[in-house]
Amino acid sequence: MPEFLLDVQGLETQFRTPDGIVHAVNGVSFGLKEGETIGVVGESGCGKSVTMMSVLRLIPSPPGKVVAGKAFYRGEDLLSMPADKIRQIRGAQIAMIFQDPMTSLNPVLTIGKQLTEPLQLHLGMSTEQANTRAAELLEMVGIPKAKDRLKDYPHQFSGGMRQRVMIAMALACTPQILIADEPTTALDVTIQAQIVELVKRLRDEIGMSIIWITHDLGIVAGLAQRVLVMYGGFIVEESEVKDLYANPRHPYTVGLLGSLPRIDETERKRLYSIEGLPPVLYQKPTSCPFAPRCQWVTDRCWKENPTLQEVAPGHRVACWVDISAGRK
Amino acid sequence: MANKEVLLHVDSLVKHFPIYRGVFQRQVGAVRAVDGVSFDVYKGETLGLVGESGCGKSTAGRTILQLYTPTAGKVEFEGVNLVSLKGEQLRQLRRKMQMIFQDPYASLNPRMTVGDIVAEPMLVHGTVAPKDVQSRVRQLLERVKLSPDFASRYPHEFSGGQRQRIGIARAVALNPSFIVCDEPISALDVSIQAQVVNLLEDLQKEFGLTYLFIAHDLSMVRHISDRIAVMYLGIIAELADHNTLYREPLHPYTQALLSAVPIADPVAEEQRRRVILEGDVPSPANPPSGCRFRTRCPIAKDICAQQQPEWREAKPGHYVACHMA
Repeated sequence: MPEFLLDVQGLETQFRTPDGIVHAVNGVSFGLKEGETIGVVGESGCGKSVTMMSVLRLIPSPPGKVVAGKAFYRGEDLLSMPADKIRQIRGAQIAMIFQDPMTSLNPVLTIGKQLTEPLQLHLGMSTEQANTRAAELLEMVGIPKAKDRLKDYPHQFSGGMRQRVMIAMALACTPQILIADEPTTALDVTIQAQIVELVKRLRDEIGMSIIWITHDLGIVAGLAQRVLVMYGGFIVEESEVKDLYANPRHPYTVGLLGSLPRIDETERKRLYSIEGLPPVLYQKPTSCPFAPRCQWVTDRCWKENPTLQEVAPGHRVACWVDISAGRK
Repeated sequence: MANKEVLLHVDSLVKHFPIYRGVFQRQVGAVRAVDGVSFDVYKGETLGLVGESGCGKSTAGRTILQLYTPTAGKVEFEGVNLVSLKGEQLRQLRRKMQMIFQDPYASLNPRMTVGDIVAEPMLVHGTVAPKDVQSRVRQLLERVKLSPDFASRYPHEFSGGQRQRIGIARAVALNPSFIVCDEPISALDVSIQAQVVNLLEDLQKEFGLTYLFIAHDLSMVRHISDRIAVMYLGIIAELADHNTLYREPLHPYTQALLSAVPIADPVAEEQRRRVILEGDVPSPANPPSGCRFRTRCPIAKDICAQQQPEWREAKPGHYVACHMA
């Protein structure tokens, strides 16, 4: 039994654009254990979604291309296997929920049709079996009058309900891994809380592993066991969740945490702000991608790009400077 | 607030959008976006207005600035009722009231240079002599921490955060005393949000600005506001000083809203008890009878369906509309 259920090694993805090649993911390696929830945190354009889309071979090509790396799922490399084989895994064993529930559902098909499709395709159920199962799934994600609602179209559901339908669809074949790409970003906080509770409950019931992609460090704190922080197409910090928040070691993580006001803050402090802008990756960075915005920057940071080094058990950081030494 | 001078007084403000149906386009109903809100904004403070999508917070902001004609109610700015003003008189007052918009991509004209965008309000209102406009624009851009040389560029060359700075430069160009910030940071990345919020705080101190800060991000609202009003389905559910609201929320909706906000701290998250609200926000075209929150309220009683709770001062400076509070 390998240590990881999903083992990604040295993943690199590029996009060809009229302005040049964008190096979106530049050598990302991580592992997902069975039953584990990991949070992938970063800002727009840091490569967090592209990483996961690459693993599932969902990058449109052209313009995108996975140029290097392996992604082992149960000992088999997802990136090099034949197309019909990955099609059996995708949706059945590794499922994905997307950010925008408005655009990821087909507006001209009923919810029932869209829910039964994977069941018939992957599990070979009859129409009748699939319909019964679809109704069960809708009930499981908390949609009232599930049976009647199978005949409804996506526009007849609210945003939160649509995201529930997406989750039901993703869970239709009881996958081993659920990849959730900012599933609550488009939703209101009270609805977000409903969805997060739902996913937690289902995780415990089904026992699946989850990769939760988000820019919100708050959600990850309550949901994940391990967190990957991404910047400029690299993983810059990886840690157990409590250690990361208590003892962040990468300047970017420190900045991100400092720039968040806390709802339970007692006194008003000026927010820490990371000056400057995230990088546009027309060249593969040869120096640290965060150097232009970093307040701890040294000469070495401009010359060499640091790799992930273990600084504490299970806590890896890509930074030349030990910022914990200088901090009180 | 040491001196509680009222800058803006909003009294029973109502804005309904009519719904038309059929061949003859008869009015069959109305979306009751804002349905009777009253509050004061004191000089120099930031009043936060929070609520979920569709609760009417943006409509309230726009109606206050008379960008929408109110259906009923009064908006007094420095003692003058804006609703009764028309034409030139209103235009003169608009100089003192500006707005920063949510979407930095849609709120800047793509065919105008940044310099022209920032200069336009000054030229329209004639506050700066045409020969001085260029230097004033450069000065404003510098103030929002953009290079003055950007004046000749076009909006598409800038990132979201930079565009929002351009929008802020335009809003302060006329030296206003009151700015409605309509979700100015919700379209921005986390690290950029802090930059913009800090800029807004600096400008407030420097120019003595008063903000109405509309947002759905409660932690950010708590950070920037002195007092906070919570809206639900066209009405204000609760209004209090920012610390009081977070420590002792009286309205069950405020309590649920606060408990739904994730905290970036796994230890604190473990110890929290969540109030998870059932269902979705009802349609503002057909709001529930009595208390509007009763359909999702965990403690609703019979009286909540029959009577709309009155807007009362539960404690000094702490207002709430709930039968149970």
